[in-house]
Amino acid sequence: MGQQLLSILLLAPLAAIVVSLLSRRASSAEYATVTAAIIDLLVSIPLLLRTLSGSLILAHGYVLLDPFGAWVILCISIVYALSSVYAVGYMRLLNEEERLPVFYALFSGFALTMQLACVMNNAGVFWIAIELTTLVSTFLVGFEREAESTEAAWKYIVVVSGGISLALLGTVLFYWGSSFVLGPSYAMTWAALRQSAPQVYPPLLLVSFLLVLVGYGTKAGLAPMHTWLPDAHSESPAPVSAMLSGALLNASMLGIARFLGVVTGTSVSRFAHAAVVGLGIFSFVIAVLFIVRQTGIKRLMAYSSIEHIGVQALGLGFGGPLGMAGTLYHMLNHSLNKSLMFYGAGNAMRADRSKEIRNIRHVLKVFPVSGILWLLGAVGIAGAPPFALFLSEFTVLRAGIGGGYLWVVIVFAIFLIIVFIGFLSHFRTMYFDEAPEGEIVPLPWTAWRTLPMWLAILPLLVFGLWWPHGLWNIFHQVFLSVMGGGQ
Amino acid sequence: MFLAHINSLQASIFSSLAILSLLLTFVMLGSHWLKNYVYAFAGQSWLIAALSASVGYFSGYKELYAIAVLTALFRGLVLPWLLMRIVGRLNVKREIHSVLQSSSSLVIGACVVMFAFVIANHMSRQRQGAAHVVILALTIMLSMKFLGFLMLSVRDEAVSQILALLVLENGIFLGSQILVPGMPLLIEIVILFDLLIVVACFGMLVRFLVVHAGTTSSRELNRLVG
Repeated sequence: MGQQLLSILLLAPLAAIVVSLLSRRASSAEYATVTAAIIDLLVSIPLLLRTLSGSLILAHGYVLLDPFGAWVILCISIVYALSSVYAVGYMRLLNEEERLPVFYALFSGFALTMQLACVMNNAGVFWIAIELTTLVSTFLVGFEREAESTEAAWKYIVVVSGGISLALLGTVLFYWGSSFVLGPSYAMTWAALRQSAPQVYPPLLLVSFLLVLVGYGTKAGLAPMHTWLPDAHSESPAPVSAMLSGALLNASMLGIARFLGVVTGTSVSRFAHAAVVGLGIFSFVIAVLFIVRQTGIKRLMAYSSIEHIGVQALGLGFGGPLGMAGTLYHMLNHSLNKSLMFYGAGNAMRADRSKEIRNIRHVLKVFPVSGILWLLGAVGIAGAPPFALFLSEFTVLRAGIGGGYLWVVIVFAIFLIIVFIGFLSHFRTMYFDEAPEGEIVPLPWTAWRTLPMWLAILPLLVFGLWWPHGLWNIFHQVFLSVMGGGQ
Repeated sequence: MFLAHINSLQASIFSSLAILSLLLTFVMLGSHWLKNYVYAFAGQSWLIAALSASVGYFSGYKELYAIAVLTALFRGLVLPWLLMRIVGRLNVKREIHSVLQSSSSLVIGACVVMFAFVIANHMSRQRQGAAHVVILALTIMLSMKFLGFLMLSVRDEAVSQILALLVLENGIFLGSQILVPGMPLLIEIVILFDLLIVVACFGMLVRFLVVHAGTTSSRELNRLVG
């Protein structure tokens, strides 16, 4: 059953790629992508439920279907579904109709490579899958072919390839370290690495982990390796920004979490967790400082992504079932909320023809309905109740207190307040300040652009008021399967 | 472990091939001419292929011969050819603005190698006859990593940056041939193909850079800040 579901999950975007490239017509590419994305979303839920009754190992041990991978796949599928619907409404505004089939092929390819990465059982093959996501998404970042977007694409591929090569070095060193225990030739599965890790020479294990952390941390956008992220997220088309932020960052966090699970329970576990906490809080603080004085609307959202990836890293580093639950819940909520924010930003940018916050004014007059949704999303992403991010951030805070990281928790709490004020003050100016000179042309209304915003805000509200008990169960299963239950 | 009982002849063959590759990295670091970079890179790839073949011969991992052939073919011929095409199309023959003089970057490079040696010395606990080969392999792996990052940060031209990234990968590949010759064949082959795609993507991007940004020097890519 699990195998069939997984095949459907991966074949749907593959079919969308083929249809998009063969038909060469924008409309059929749109329909193929939306259909594939909805199929993926529908399949990913039973897939997650299937993994709860035990992980599956398929394809001669190369594919591992576990609750963690299935959870991240669910987050990716949600963003893929929402963004492909939004893309139908948004990409037509760019007047690039003849290149749209290629866009949708790349878009589905991006989703496919990320989903593949989540089910890889071999650390080396996982690295390759993550590298593939970079290659595919580079061309999505540079899709608009302006000087800025080309520059962003170049910086993206150079910085991320350089960073990710550190992860490859770390992976090779992990393999070398474990080869003293498991013999010179073995399959580098997560389970094999975790089983042999306690007997590996500790300094070697630590160096390997730090290299992997920096490598996948570059891809996840943890500061100080985040420099590519604001450029890539702000210069790509809005649906792509949502995918980069809501899906790709989660897939890279999955790599960090799996390697953290490998070293958990060894003598370097404490230091490894502290390193993840350190990067997390540093990213959080840096991002908040840039948010406060940001001038570009999409760069604001990009720095907010760094902030939230920092929160996820904090949850992972704090450790324990609570930290893991906070991280996973935050992944889901951030995927929903950040997609909503990028959609709103895309709308505003197109209507006001500017990427600058100072040129975006009177959003409520231009977008009476989606303007309200965007504002609610902003309140949510700033971490205010009753939206879901409040609950997950609060859980991470509790995990920090329980894990004995009191000072980090204090800094985290202070900067949570700063980001609330800083983020929403930008929205106050955009909604209620006087307009500068210049005509604002409202976009023609289409359900394609508004529907995904509704679909994102409603679950956020529900999850903010009610944390389903079944989710706890899932999070605990993930904790047991990734961290081995120990601290 | 294969490394635990190698004799001095094998040790010196591996060491000299590894050291020669490191020297070629210094050639890349010290030169201004883009063509020289590409030649040095090709030479380095051939040395790595020779290393794979010799490790395969002495250790009995027959699949390393296949990797040696593929390395020579892809890294030694196809990639340099692709890079030469990019260089030819760009009409840029040499690196004009570099942050550092070649001489000072060579000095920094030497310091970096010493730093890599210190780390490598801490990471290895093998104290048998092969200890020096292991430490040498780790040192060269790490120092090519650092040198690649050094080139990435002091060079502006797009082609130099691609080459710096390839040096990063060469370092890993070289070290892994000595340290983990038993690594599954599939992964190594996929990584080789992956490199090919990487360079193809870079080639397309360079073309976009020329057309849309009007420059291939990263110094002028300064629109996005803050």
